[in-house]
Amino acid sequence: MTTASPVGRLSVRVLALGYLALLLLVPIGVVLYRTFEPGLGEVWDSITTPAAVSAFWLTIELAAIAVPLNTIFGIVAALVLVRSRVRGKWLLQAFIDLPFAISPVVIGLALFLLYGRQGWLGPTLTDAGIQIIFSVPGMVLATIFVCLPFVVREVAPVLREIGDEQEQAAATLGASRWQTFRRITLPAIRWGVAYGVVLSTARAIGEFGAVSVVSGKISGETVTLPLLVENRYSNFDLSGAYAASALLAVIALATLLAMTLLQRKGDPR
Amino acid sequence: MIAATGVSKHYGDFAALRDVSIDIEAGSLTALLGPSGSGKSTLLRVIAGLETPDAGTVVIEGRDVTNVPPQRRDIGFVFQHYAAFKHMTVRDNVGFGLKVRKRPKAEIDAKVDELLTIVGLAGYQKRYPSQLSGGQRQRMALARALAVEPKVLLLDEPFGALDANVRAELRAWLRRLHEEVHVTTVLVTHDQEEAMELADRIVVLNAGEIEQAGAPRDLYDRPANEFVMGFLGPVARLGDGLVRPHDLVLQPDPDGTSIEAQVARIVHLGFEVRVELELAGDGALAAQLTRHELEQLEIAEGDIVYVRPAGGRFERATPEPAPAPVEQPAA
Repeated sequence: MTTASPVGRLSVRVLALGYLALLLLVPIGVVLYRTFEPGLGEVWDSITTPAAVSAFWLTIELAAIAVPLNTIFGIVAALVLVRSRVRGKWLLQAFIDLPFAISPVVIGLALFLLYGRQGWLGPTLTDAGIQIIFSVPGMVLATIFVCLPFVVREVAPVLREIGDEQEQAAATLGASRWQTFRRITLPAIRWGVAYGVVLSTARAIGEFGAVSVVSGKISGETVTLPLLVENRYSNFDLSGAYAASALLAVIALATLLAMTLLQRKGDPR
Repeated sequence: MIAATGVSKHYGDFAALRDVSIDIEAGSLTALLGPSGSGKSTLLRVIAGLETPDAGTVVIEGRDVTNVPPQRRDIGFVFQHYAAFKHMTVRDNVGFGLKVRKRPKAEIDAKVDELLTIVGLAGYQKRYPSQLSGGQRQRMALARALAVEPKVLLLDEPFGALDANVRAELRAWLRRLHEEVHVTTVLVTHDQEEAMELADRIVVLNAGEIEQAGAPRDLYDRPANEFVMGFLGPVARLGDGLVRPHDLVLQPDPDGTSIEAQVARIVHLGFEVRVELELAGDGALAAQLTRHELEQLEIAEGDIVYVRPAGGRFERATPEPAPAPVEQPAA
């Protein structure tokens, strides 16, 4: 959009920044303010209760399992979507986008119907001594499901843009498929992968709906940080909810920082 | 030596190659020449293994490689748009083929330095492709292809993306390089001048078929048909036949074979002069003379002259009535 007059341009900026402030910065600011209002000691106590520590580690655990799996799947799926000539690729694309289209609560419910005690696979698994619903495996499945599209979505356009000439050149020079992938394709798509990982991680640690349905909310066992926030909030422990929220924000920032540093290191220029 | 026999390739309904067979001599520099869509690039990619033919076989140095992937064909391939590995230095680009073959680092470094000297990029080892000009990138790509000491070197419009002056320079350079390295080379081009200048042998393709193959001079002097004649140089139509503009003779008086024409325009191109003629019957053509010949003729715009093809060429140039319309002189 081009605006002719400086006044017009200024008002567009004010509008955009004002919108951002109102919807993003003010709420986050309020949370941070309320978190530290009672004092640092109180905050520390609130995030070091056994329930909070357990929730912290469970959140990290879910992300640590779901994100690497989705990254590998995402790169492979993007390669299939962009490079292979198989028919019915649109179907794969549609399936990958499904988690975006379906409400997370519905995803949780679907897992419940499949693996729950009355579900299709539930009784068989229970007999075998495996419990999925109301335990960590179910929460991992839910997290994987909701994070599925991010890496594919970021990597596929990059693959399309770089084209396959460099890969063909590598093949004529004697590189095997794996060598070509390792030395040519992966370095070329690393920005897309990195961004997909950041988005997946953010979603994995922040996911509420799908995880909530399958968790059973057993304190100290199947409660993640977002669930802890909700739990404390509904029990009128507002300052506790704020502190847990702040902890979530810190994890998110740490992820972003780690990815930025990794990219710096991996970039030759 | 390379032998492609009975090669066909279809993309959907489009026939890129129809039952094409060629033999390429060891140590030669062969040009595959043709307009876009003629199948010349497809043929090169079939030889490289980058495309799988629907039918036919490819034999390189006595080994049937039809079902061998490009990795194991012992080829070097150079792409029109360089296909430089953007995240690697010039050194790593050129050494790539040796590195994936797990050669010792000292050997790779020595080979890379040697090749960069040959292609005139000594001292550029630590640069990235983005810091090179188009011509330099293509020379780097050539060094990269030569590093693995391929049995055949395949070049797909290697100078197509370069400026005219860089192109001319690289052509001369490639010719010298070929004389030094003597690797069997196949070059795809749509530029007849490039093919004439570089190649020992030219294979003219059109619509997925080979029209004619032979030495550049033979193709120019004895084209098999109007397509080849039209594609290898400018042509003028005189009566029922085609003739090269420089094979037209202008004379002040009529004789048995000449046609009356009026001089429409005289264009001085330096040493050469183009005389544009309106024919008495119908149509127009341009004759190419030297400056000296024009001075002797003493003609001016508006004069009447008599035009005939130079001795014998007229008949030879028209072996049969052509089914297809004649291409304009290729750029």
